[in-house]
Amino acid sequence: MAAPKVGTFATGLVPLPAENVDTDQIVPARYLKVIDKAGLADALFHDWRFEADGSKKSPPFVIDEPRYAGHGILVAGDNFGTGSSREHAPWALGAFGIKAILATSFADIFKSNALKNGILPIVLPAPLHATLMQIAKDDLAATVTIDLATATLTTPDGAAHHFPIDLFSQKMLLDGLDELDYIRTQGGKIEAHETSHPGTINTLQPNTPR
Amino acid sequence: MHEVTSPQAFTGLRGRGLKVRRPDRTVATADHSIPTTPRNLPIADEMAAAQVKQLEANCAEFGVPLHGWESPNQGIVHVIGPELGLTQPGATIVCGDSHTATHGAFGALAFGIGTSEVEMVLATQCLLQRKPKTYLVRVDGTLRPGVSAKDIILALIARIGVGGGTGHVFEYAGSAIRALSMEERMTICNMSIEGGARAGLVAPDETTFAYLKGRPHAPQGADWDAAVARWRTLTSDEGATYDKEIVIDANTLEPMVTYGTNPGMGLPISGTIPNPADESDPAAARALTRALEYMDLRAGDSIIGRPVNTVFIGSCTNGRISDLRLAANVLKGHTVAKGVRVMVVPGSADVKRQAEREGLDTIFRDAGADWREAGCSMCIAMNGDQLAPGEYAISTSNRNFEGRQGKGGRTFLASPLTAAATALTGVIADPRTLPGMSR
Repeated sequence: MAAPKVGTFATGLVPLPAENVDTDQIVPARYLKVIDKAGLADALFHDWRFEADGSKKSPPFVIDEPRYAGHGILVAGDNFGTGSSREHAPWALGAFGIKAILATSFADIFKSNALKNGILPIVLPAPLHATLMQIAKDDLAATVTIDLATATLTTPDGAAHHFPIDLFSQKMLLDGLDELDYIRTQGGKIEAHETSHPGTINTLQPNTPR
Repeated sequence: MHEVTSPQAFTGLRGRGLKVRRPDRTVATADHSIPTTPRNLPIADEMAAAQVKQLEANCAEFGVPLHGWESPNQGIVHVIGPELGLTQPGATIVCGDSHTATHGAFGALAFGIGTSEVEMVLATQCLLQRKPKTYLVRVDGTLRPGVSAKDIILALIARIGVGGGTGHVFEYAGSAIRALSMEERMTICNMSIEGGARAGLVAPDETTFAYLKGRPHAPQGADWDAAVARWRTLTSDEGATYDKEIVIDANTLEPMVTYGTNPGMGLPISGTIPNPADESDPAAARALTRALEYMDLRAGDSIIGRPVNTVFIGSCTNGRISDLRLAANVLKGHTVAKGVRVMVVPGSADVKRQAEREGLDTIFRDAGADWREAGCSMCIAMNGDQLAPGEYAISTSNRNFEGRQGKGGRTFLASPLTAAATALTGVIADPRTLPGMSR
């Protein structure tokens, strides 16, 4: 699979003013029985979006509201992505068209998984986050520009705000480089480490008979 | 690894033409999507069956040892690792599963990873990581009768919140932690992730070595002595400083129960359900209002006495033999409350055999509980074990998110003792009122 590549993009906002949105809401566990990554767009926020019979809720959940159609930035509450390590969460967000999430913090594993799939988990200070949440609710025409190279987010008023990003992830995403390919260039170091740390774990063979 | 978060990683390897670098450091089992019905029945769910079959094919193709569906060593990945002696102090252990933190109980650095990272580890035995911050959780004092390891971790999470440990690794220390068995330490480390920390660990000590000695994959003979000598050095320095610290007094802890829709929404069992109007932070008030709506609970009501439909005893948090012994001890000679479904699900095939040797299965069955095969079961509810919409469960598992135990289901998290006490009455009950548990 080609590594994701991210540069500059401008898109609309979708407000999701809930704290601690967990991965069981992002993709309920019963959609984890897949053996590939495709087709998860409908699993995204499934139980918030769909009735038991599979029809969309009325009124629809925010990401299904026609006025937010095509908007690629989710403005979410604090600690977004708490819970499980399922990478199905960013797969589903990506399949739906979400390119970035703005929150005051993210759960660690979700953040790592999102970056590996080219979805930017952007941590904002509370005042700016509150402003953007309000804009997301009030101004449907508003767009925000995100430039990964400079790690800046430009609000509809034209003000540019720097956001923190892991420098390694930034470079990988800008250049469309693959993390596993990079690790594989370190073969010598891996071998040296293995030689100097033989360890005592062998999953293939028990040391003592049962 | 397990069947749910590994298939796409193997597909990745295949696409790149790569092998598993260290099959001797890799182990697999099936736990999440398999049913806990008798093993002689086929897996009815076609997607689950295909997923388990895929795991078997992947392990065969890449030479990865698999304790699969019909293996005597099958079980929840975080139960079998320690049980087989594969979880050892000083190891770095990763799995596509956030409860990998469990293995930290042995002084291993153990954390959950995504499937992309599973692929990286399979291919290279390496991951790129930033050094996390450190968070000391010191628990001093002595637990009162009826209060257990699960209550320590639920109390911690209630205090710091589900994001409290984000960016950190917990180190659990203090006299109350030292006094815990390995299984109790595993219960605590297991839920580090519910406190936001990707990992949580306990420095190894004599309790750790005694647990590991003689286990199938533990070193033996001179290797054992050398390993123990090395493991003894894996402690934090006297006077070490941490980025964050919290002290918990074990003497004052009560049994804990969650009332809301994240594991931080917990309270001492004698408490009352909090009122959103008392929350100073509007976001917290909003979250609490929504949680109480979902749970259909009223602010100000006691948590004791809330009716439940189901009692779930099991999971990687509390599905080990000591958990089952505690529950059996409560249920012995009694009958579960009328109309309450009580599911007891051993964490592994080995736990199941041990429980049956001790006659615990008979105690559970005689009490009217359902004794099942090993797996994640109703903790993840993707295997046929689930709540119906609107139903309440008291559960010894780790997550009470909306729909976690079945769409529309409502979860109270608690210890095996509290769950078993509740099984007898059908309403949330304080285990300290049980015979032999005087205050």
